[in-house]
Amino acid sequence: MTTTPTARSHQESAMTPEHALVSVRGLTVRYGPRTALDGLDLDLPAGRIIGLLGENGCGKSTLLKTLAGVYADYRGEVRVGGHPPGPESKAIVSYLPDRSGLPDQVRVRYCLDLFADFFADFDVDKARDMIASFGLDESMRLKEMSKGMREKVQVSLTMARRAQVFLLDEPISGVDPAAREGILDGILGNLEPGSLLLVATHLVHDLETTLDSVVMMRHGRVVLTGEVDDLRAEHGASLDQIFRKVYSS
Amino acid sequence: MEFDTSSPIWDQLVTEFSRRIVTGQWQAGSRISGVRELASELGVNPNTVQRALAELDRRELCRSERTAGRFVTSDVPRIDTLRAELARRIADDYVRRARGLGMPQAQARQLIEERWTHDDHTHGPVAPGERDDA
Repeated sequence: MTTTPTARSHQESAMTPEHALVSVRGLTVRYGPRTALDGLDLDLPAGRIIGLLGENGCGKSTLLKTLAGVYADYRGEVRVGGHPPGPESKAIVSYLPDRSGLPDQVRVRYCLDLFADFFADFDVDKARDMIASFGLDESMRLKEMSKGMREKVQVSLTMARRAQVFLLDEPISGVDPAAREGILDGILGNLEPGSLLLVATHLVHDLETTLDSVVMMRHGRVVLTGEVDDLRAEHGASLDQIFRKVYSS
Repeated sequence: MEFDTSSPIWDQLVTEFSRRIVTGQWQAGSRISGVRELASELGVNPNTVQRALAELDRRELCRSERTAGRFVTSDVPRIDTLRAELARRIADDYVRRARGLGMPQAQARQLIEERWTHDDHTHGPVAPGERDDA
C-alpha cells in the first residue's frame, strides 16, 4: 500500500503485504478498449474499516467485483485470505453489489432462506434482528419496499454472514440522509471484530468519522491512501475536503 | 458529540475523555466502557477510540488490566493536574483574544473576577446573547 509519509508512522505493520488480508498485484481489467483497472497494487489488513473512494467510472466496482470473485476476466495477482478468487475466497467474503440481484416479487423471509442455503456462515438470527431493528417485516415483498428499505434488507443479509471480508458497493447511495445514518449504524454495529470492511462510496462526508483509512482511486489506479486521521493532520482538512482537492486537479 | 472533521478525531477523543475524567462523568478508579461500546456511542471507528484510549494510558490517566478492562486512574492529584492542563488551554485562548482586542492585563483579570461571580449568581445556563460578550 503506497502510504503518505505521515501515514507510514502509524500502524505500519498493519499495512505491509505479509499482514494483508486482501492483497492485489498488477491487477488489470479491460472492458473492450476501455481500461477499468490499470495495474493496481493494494494491501488491506484485517480489523479495519476502509473507504474506497473515487469518481464514477474510476474502477471501484470492478475492483470489488474482482475481490468478490464474481468477475474473473482479469490479469494480475489477487489474494483474499491467501486464496485466489474462487470457492475458498468466496467462503470468507460477504459482498453487497451495487445492484440488487434479488427478485422483486419475493418476500424478505424468502431472502433469509436463500442466504441460509447459500452461505454456511449466514447467521439467520442476526439477520432477523437487524431487519427487525430497521423496523421491517419479514412478510413484506421487496417490490413493496422503498429504495431505502430494500437497502436495509440487503445490508442485513450481507452483514449477517460471519465473514472475514465485507465488500460493500455504495451501500448508502440513493438513500435519504436520515436513512443513511441508520444503515451505517447497522453496518458498523454488526461488523465482526477483526474483519475487514471495504466500502466503496462517493458520499465521503457521511463516512468521515467511521473510516480508519482510505483508498482513493482514479482512472483504474490508486492515487492516495492513508490513515484518515493522519491525512487530516497532514492536510489540516477534512476527508471530504481532501477528496475534493484530489479530484479537482 | 460533534467532531471537527478537519483535525484528527482520535485527538478530539483524548480531549473529550479527559473532560469526562475531570468532571467526574468518569469517576476516579471506575471502569471505562469497552472500545466498541464507546465507538457506537460516539459514532466513530473502534480503532480511533482504541488509539485515543492508548494515549490516555500513555498519559497515565487510565490503565488497562488484561482481564478486567480499562479503569480511570485513582490518582486524584493526577486528575487535578489534568484539570489544570485543560483550563490552561482555555485561559491561553482568553488571554490571546483579550490581548487581540487591545485589553490591558489588569482589566482582563478584573473581567474574569466579575464574570466568575456573575456566573455564581446566575448559576445556570448562559442566557442567549450573553454567550459571546465576554
